[in-house]
Amino acid sequence: MDMKVSKKKLGLKEKYQHMTRGLGWETTYQSMDDVFPFVKYEGIKIHDWEKWEDPFRLTMDAYWKYQAEKERKLYAIIDAYAQNNGHLSVTDARYINAVKLFLNGISPLEYMAHRGFAMTGRQFPGVGPRVACLMQSLDEIRHAQTQIHSISNYNKYYNGFHEYRHMLERVWYLSVPRSFFDDAVTAGPFEFMVAIGFSFEYVLTNLLFVPFVSGAAYNGDMGTMTFGFSAQSDEARHMTLGLEVIKFILEQDPDNLPIVQQWIDKWTWRGYRVLTLVGMMMDYMLPKRIMSWKEAWEVYFEENGGALFKDLARYGIRPPKWLDQIEQDKDHISHQAWATFYNYAAACNFHTWIPTDDELDWLSQKYPNSFDKYYRPRLEHWREEAKKGNRFYNKTLPMLCQTCQIPMIFTEPGDPTQICYREVDYKDNKYHFCSDGCKEIFEHEPEKYIQAWLPVHQIYQGNCFNEGVDPTAEGFDPLAAVLDYYHLNFGRDNLDFEGSEDQKNFDEWRGMATKNV
Amino acid sequence: MSKVFIALQTNDDTRSIIQAILADNPHAICNEQPAMVKIDAEGSLTVRRSTIEELIGRDFDLQELHINLISLTGHVDESDDELTLSWNN
Repeated sequence: MDMKVSKKKLGLKEKYQHMTRGLGWETTYQSMDDVFPFVKYEGIKIHDWEKWEDPFRLTMDAYWKYQAEKERKLYAIIDAYAQNNGHLSVTDARYINAVKLFLNGISPLEYMAHRGFAMTGRQFPGVGPRVACLMQSLDEIRHAQTQIHSISNYNKYYNGFHEYRHMLERVWYLSVPRSFFDDAVTAGPFEFMVAIGFSFEYVLTNLLFVPFVSGAAYNGDMGTMTFGFSAQSDEARHMTLGLEVIKFILEQDPDNLPIVQQWIDKWTWRGYRVLTLVGMMMDYMLPKRIMSWKEAWEVYFEENGGALFKDLARYGIRPPKWLDQIEQDKDHISHQAWATFYNYAAACNFHTWIPTDDELDWLSQKYPNSFDKYYRPRLEHWREEAKKGNRFYNKTLPMLCQTCQIPMIFTEPGDPTQICYREVDYKDNKYHFCSDGCKEIFEHEPEKYIQAWLPVHQIYQGNCFNEGVDPTAEGFDPLAAVLDYYHLNFGRDNLDFEGSEDQKNFDEWRGMATKNV
Repeated sequence: MSKVFIALQTNDDTRSIIQAILADNPHAICNEQPAMVKIDAEGSLTVRRSTIEELIGRDFDLQELHINLISLTGHVDESDDELTLSWNN
């Protein structure tokens, strides 16, 4: 006799429906407006929260199961990496500086993303988006913690990793990624979702994680590869959430379109500026390169982003503003950024260098329209000067853009020989910008951006010296005082890679790893 | 038609998944990069549970994909049997 087949378990869609619907209620002791105070002021109109569809129908049971498996894999690899001196398997010690930039500059943002999604989820009256935000919030704190754990793998051996929290709030260049996230988490809940969920996660995050993490693997860095891929395995879900947010908001009310469009313009530009750091990592800091910044930009932004915006055109969304400039910039920004960090190597917690001849040739080949004409001669000149004992360290402080906080290093659209400056007068003060994009973002919300904590202004105002330091004392050395305040050790954490302690140690340790001494 | 893609880590678990995706999507192009595989396809791409199960010889829950997934693009439609990525243009 045949066994009677029991009824199939709930399908994925039904299960998700049961776990994420009907869990909320209309409040009566307090008005809904008091319970969800931030959901209306941005002007976004939502009529039916039940229309929210999470494309990945993940519920907590499956979530814990798969996340636990990811964690087990991650820590097994981290242990193996530590036990086998994995850090000595990287291509060469210059590469470690890319990891410094990542763990100091990007990892703390994971924690801010955690806070942002937790706060945003709290503000949504709809259960579907609240559940989605909760999971992303948990993902982000996982990323923050796994990356903090990963720091110890490198901090034991190399300089510049020792105080990422202290430095994040002080070191000049770290104000760029930090202010980007601070800007997002201080926006309203819908803007945060468009800023981080859509513009950053969907449009830009591939550029950060995919080629860079693949590059880490290519350069023999199992430690970074594992925390990178472990984080990235959650990103596909985040990206899908970002796209869902846009569709949901736009389908709810036609009045939402101009608001969302303005956010897409703003946050694509803001994110694009932050990614300058990634461009420089790809073109200059990976000894074995997988693709140029320009190539990555073409695949992940122009091709994928192009398909995305073509798809969103049915809602009336057009591609983000300033794309003409972005299109021209891809030949330039990584070189302009590296030149800046080369200049300011005395004030950084990582090392810079002049690329080898092979590497210069690679850049010439990848950037036929710009590198030989504008950037290679300058690098070769600096190399000659360094050989004569005049390694160039810029001791003046740069003017910063009020919006993106990047020094004014970018050039005029159409003229790579001319630095781009824009300014706005607002309430008796003059504010400076690196681009039309940053200027327009400021003009839309001046009261927000005049509060920016700009590292250079703060140094000039005397706010970046340790207590008790007297800037009027004879022989006062402002750079030394600022580095003290940063907790940055002069001669160890900063300056050129050539001659650094990292370089010396790595060579010695690698020698010990392959010989009996 | 716009292209969609799915990127997976290169490892033992994904070998059969990649094979299944390529079998079910003859128009897809497989792009091997350090430690990862990126599969590009014009219009849409479908990951089918049954094809993976045939190759690995055990039950497979499509959500297991999350463990080794790196990135994707396109609208996602996920059911117990299939995961489809597509653009409406």
